[in-house]
Amino acid sequence: MSIQVSMVPDATETVNAPRVDRAAYLSRLVQLRGELDAAGSGLKDLRDRATALVQERAMPSTRAEEWRFTDLSPLLQESFQPVVPQPITAEAIIPFGLTDAPHRLVFVDGVYAPSLSTLGDLPPEVQLGNLSRVPGGIPHIGQHQGAEETFTALNTACMTDAAVIWVAQGQEWRTPIHLLVVTTTGAATLSHPRCVVIAEAGSQFTLIEEFVSLEGGGAAWVNRVTEIKLGAGATVNHTRVQRQGAHTFHIGKTAVSQARDSRYVATVLNWGAHLARHHLEIYQTGAQTATILNGLTLLQGEQLGDTHSLIAFTQPYGMANQVQKCIVGDRAHAVFNGKIWVPQAAQLTNASQLSRNLLLSPRARVDTKPQLEITADNVKCSHGATVSQLEEDEVFYLQSRGISAEMARQLLTFAFAAEVVDAIPLPTLRDRIRSELSLRLNPA
Amino acid sequence: MIRDNSDVILAIQDLTAEVDGSPILKGLTLEIKAGEVHAIMGPNGSGKSTLSKILAGHPAYTVTGGSVTFRGENLLELEPEARAKAGLFLAFQYPLEIPGVSNLDFLRVAYNAKRKHEGLEELDAFDFDELVQSKLGLLQMDASFLSRSVNEGFSGGEKKRNEILQMALLEPKLAILDEIDSGLDIDALKIVANGVNELTTPDNAVLAITHYQRLLNYITPDYVHVMEDGRILTTGGKELALELEARGYSWVREEEEAIAR
Repeated sequence: MSIQVSMVPDATETVNAPRVDRAAYLSRLVQLRGELDAAGSGLKDLRDRATALVQERAMPSTRAEEWRFTDLSPLLQESFQPVVPQPITAEAIIPFGLTDAPHRLVFVDGVYAPSLSTLGDLPPEVQLGNLSRVPGGIPHIGQHQGAEETFTALNTACMTDAAVIWVAQGQEWRTPIHLLVVTTTGAATLSHPRCVVIAEAGSQFTLIEEFVSLEGGGAAWVNRVTEIKLGAGATVNHTRVQRQGAHTFHIGKTAVSQARDSRYVATVLNWGAHLARHHLEIYQTGAQTATILNGLTLLQGEQLGDTHSLIAFTQPYGMANQVQKCIVGDRAHAVFNGKIWVPQAAQLTNASQLSRNLLLSPRARVDTKPQLEITADNVKCSHGATVSQLEEDEVFYLQSRGISAEMARQLLTFAFAAEVVDAIPLPTLRDRIRSELSLRLNPA
Repeated sequence: MIRDNSDVILAIQDLTAEVDGSPILKGLTLEIKAGEVHAIMGPNGSGKSTLSKILAGHPAYTVTGGSVTFRGENLLELEPEARAKAGLFLAFQYPLEIPGVSNLDFLRVAYNAKRKHEGLEELDAFDFDELVQSKLGLLQMDASFLSRSVNEGFSGGEKKRNEILQMALLEPKLAILDEIDSGLDIDALKIVANGVNELTTPDNAVLAITHYQRLLNYITPDYVHVMEDGRILTTGGKELALELEARGYSWVREEEEAIAR
């Protein structure tokens, strides 16, 4: 089923733009990559293989089904340059601090910033840092299913280092870990931050992954890959907040593999960048595995925000519960494609997916497409998609109690978002997001 | 209670209105003074509920003629929220469910909008909680109503009690009760009616719109108006309601027609 609501014609390639050779463009991006850091020296073979892969590819166009609604032409207009790392002061990132997540890893323009990171007194069972923390290298990096996808391969070909979060077997780590990815530059730069998260068997922790820009950030492109591996019985509560600057681009991949009895909870908020695409891919590799995905996309102006999710079951008794919400104003455009794959072996799967969309303006647009591929015969799978506007009668009901129309719309929009915002595990982040939400809804 | 020298709260003069181009109100005149309880009865489609929505400012209806003065102000010029702040309250026939907004937050926002309008300091969450708790008893409501989403999953009776709780907080000068008795069993009806009676003072007024005389056993009207085809056909005292209950609406029309001849 596909629901498309729109007052504007289908996305087409920008007409006036000069024709760009999409294959040559992509190959040139690889040439911009920096030298491997000493820490990442073990990555050479992986980088070379990915480089070969990328050189056979081209930048996707809207003729490709997976990119049908997301036109990358604005990227092709830019002539991206490699990042020249700019030192930033600790003061510059004070606004992004979370008092209830004191352990913080900071990457600036894709480069690890140990002086801005606050690791505190960590036990040896909790490793935070970059690749230099793991001299033997990380066997999992670049090995997830779907790693050959074009932008993932581009990241692999160009990465110079990676953030590492490694929690040892049985470790129940109570303090949330904050991973802050900062973009500073005003120029058209391209960075490829990478992150590997390993939750060994029986471990538990909370991770906040946040993408921000310093003021005045220009047309920077962040091409992100985060790989998360959950061992048997592990629990990871992951909040991903993408709130980059208004002129930036964000293409991100979150690839999660879950061993038996593990539980992965993701709360994904997406409201920054001019053009953002997030691939959220969950591979349940063991039985009795639980996946809970809450997504909220909030767009305005001419933003485009695209979420492509995949939940792949492979074993019996898997569970997944997904809610994706989009609030779209002005002439913005939200895209959601939610794939759920239940092969024959995944009997007794219990999966539900709900896509709910709120259009705040007549020119706002949403394309939502649940995509269930089920071959197992004894499963319970449900999906639904709704697109609505604020109910005039609801606004009137609130107005009739003396609440202004503006406040009424804000309350109702908040209420729509509440289910996802309330799922954020940190009070400080939750409050910050509520106030940013209210700022966006009420810019005056 | 009828008193000769009390202030006029609402004066409607020759009001005409339409929805989607079809006329619904066709010259309605009505005056309500402080301390009075009015009831409007009438068959389905006579325009009773439309009148309540027009007074509250529902955007779907267009006023095409006549005037409405509320406490000396031209009501029709005001936005719905300004009408509420001026002291007009509509208890909805079908109160809306608003998932995701807690009842307590909703009540506090509404209450503080009124406080602000009156130049008073807004109440913080703690003080407001105390205030609202003190009003719950009037409607025999459990505190758990406050933490739930506005009207979500409430029974018919719970929704109506929640409406009167809002009335208790907002202390309107005119409360319009649109079929407050619909969907209520006799016990809930008594609670709701008792709540309304407790809130009635010589300074405010009630306009109860109803199909049935039953409600008027508990909320005693000073005036009963019979409405048909967008106009008030006749007005009487509370005994008129009993007569309507016994004889139906058609005799009123026949009698009016006879007088007209």
